[in-house]
Amino acid sequence: MSKAVLVDLTKCIGCKSCQTSCKQWNDLPAIKPQFDNTLSYPAETDGYTYTTVLHRTTEKNGQETLRFAKRQCLHCLEPACASACFAKAIQKTPEGPVVYNPDLCVGCRYCMLACPFSIPKYDWESVFPQIVKCQFCFDREGTHDRIGHGMEPACVNACPTGCLKFGERDELLKEAWKRINKYSKYIKHVYGEKEAGGTSWLYIADVPFETFDFRTNVPNIPLSTYSHDYLKWSPAVFIGGGALLSALHFYTKRRNEIAKEKDKNHDINA
Amino acid sequence: MAAQKWSFKITPLRIILMLLAALAAVIAVYRLATGLSTVSNLNDNWPWGLWIGLDVLTGVALAGGGYSASLIIHILHVEKFKPLSRSAALTSLIGYLLVVAALFLEIGRWYNFWVPFVSWGYHSTLFEVFMCISLYTLVQIMEFSEILTERVLTFLHKPIVKIMPVLLILGTLLPFGHQASLGGLYLLQVGRLHPLWWTPLLPWLFLMSSFFVGPAMITIESSLSGRAFNHHIDKQILRSFIRISGYVMIAYLAIKIIDLIRLGVFGYIFEGSLESNMFLLEMIIGVIIPIIICFSPLSATKKGLITFGVFTTAGVVLNRMNVVFTGMYKALGSGYFPAWTEWAVSAGLIAGGILLYLFIVENFNILEYDKKYQTA
Ligand code: SF4
Ligand code: SF4
Repeated sequence: MSKAVLVDLTKCIGCKSCQTSCKQWNDLPAIKPQFDNTLSYPAETDGYTYTTVLHRTTEKNGQETLRFAKRQCLHCLEPACASACFAKAIQKTPEGPVVYNPDLCVGCRYCMLACPFSIPKYDWESVFPQIVKCQFCFDREGTHDRIGHGMEPACVNACPTGCLKFGERDELLKEAWKRINKYSKYIKHVYGEKEAGGTSWLYIADVPFETFDFRTNVPNIPLSTYSHDYLKWSPAVFIGGGALLSALHFYTKRRNEIAKEKDKNHDINA
Repeated sequence: MAAQKWSFKITPLRIILMLLAALAAVIAVYRLATGLSTVSNLNDNWPWGLWIGLDVLTGVALAGGGYSASLIIHILHVEKFKPLSRSAALTSLIGYLLVVAALFLEIGRWYNFWVPFVSWGYHSTLFEVFMCISLYTLVQIMEFSEILTERVLTFLHKPIVKIMPVLLILGTLLPFGHQASLGGLYLLQVGRLHPLWWTPLLPWLFLMSSFFVGPAMITIESSLSGRAFNHHIDKQILRSFIRISGYVMIAYLAIKIIDLIRLGVFGYIFEGSLESNMFLLEMIIGVIIPIIICFSPLSATKKGLITFGVFTTAGVVLNRMNVVFTGMYKALGSGYFPAWTEWAVSAGLIAGGILLYLFIVENFNILEYDKKYQTA
């Protein structure tokens, strides 16, 4: 079964417990914060940060109000990043997490470009940088594993308000819609239900997702569909093309030879 | 023929080229030793920059002269174009060597460059690009060794001539794969790459433009080497050669227009934005003007031929740069401009390529392949 997390932004108080516990659990370096005009830091996930909590002021019922959103990899059901990786360094596991293996990574950064949510980051300062993104606390036989041990991710464990809920994706999806239908404050949209073919992290909120610059023009089909629709022609092009080119090669060669022969005969006859 | 000496003339221009190449070599070593952030302005928003845009995407397209020439000359056996074949093959080979070098500098974990050979991410377009480019470079080196073994390691010459037909067919086939796939890389940018460029047909458009730029490059090259080495290709041959480009261009233009209408984004062309202006520029310079030159008496003159070559090439360069930069900047922000070191590496690679070309042309039988001109 595929693990997932439901993020209910109406319950988030912006305390960043998840962000802190993520850094601790995953041994990511601490960095001295430099706030911009919001209280989020960093403004985006970066080469040292798997997850960050965005703080936004927004209008609600004519009043200024604060809202918060945790950002991290959404662990797509059919991840564009994994489909883009030509070395299989990123893979979707049957358990749900989309995990990165630096030993196979070439460092081409195509995954960064491929992800529709701009999640994968790079630790640029290193001599041999790695892709940095949330691993869903999944690290089979590794030191940072939690899911494999049947535990919930570190962030979910740290969340004091129940904003993050860990479970099976289909159950959480049902629960998300139950909450939306029960309380009128919710926007009628589960972010991640359909985006890019569906993701393992699901969001519900009482303000539009644009508030946090969540991309809302992501196609509802896996992005890899587009490349597969093209790549599926490759075998045909290579086999068919190969046969065609060989045929042409010998045909035109022969034709030229015959033409030459004819010329000769012509000369003799003349 | 008595044993020739190896020759390489030293001229002021060549010294400048050597300096450029040397500078690039120093920066390249420094980059490999210290990482990417020390020499490039790439960042999390712009993971791909000048090296991918110019050296790889554009480089591969321009080196395409090799395969369109190979298709026309060796597969279709259009004999009259034969004098063009060796120099086209050489330019193409050098182009690919530069691309491979640029790719090696570009990847962050370069000691892992071999991983995709064993860990097949076959669902990735990049995988097809990688495999085809590697194989094709290999095939080109083998093809080219036919010429090299005329002078060095001569005992290998016969076996290579034997397997040439296989190499030629492979060498024509592989580029079809990766030229298209380079466009395919941007299929995943749906919703981000500006609709004037993003289309499910992007790979096929890349393929067509890489095909029609081939004869254009060959025109430029033969006029340059004509001047430098006093070797002239018959204007009439070049003219009918670029005609082939012309027909492909007409098809390209038609497909592009129909496709824009089909996707309902035709209106963007006259939006007046940076994107639309760049798109218009690209189409006018790179497709429309060349078509006019090609099918008018202009192409009977040397000037016309060169203009055709320069415009077509500029148009393809612009097209690739538009896909990598212009079309992406709304989605990725304006947070990237190449560092001087990135420019220096790109310039140095090209300089190195030119020097290699000159050296090979001076020492091997490239331009005089057409035996009629052979002076012994
Ligand atoms: S959100 Fe991005 S990085 Fe995460 S699985 Fe999806 S495509 Fe990959
Ligand atoms: S940077 Fe690494 S993980 Fe990302 S696509 Fe390239 S090889 Fe795969």
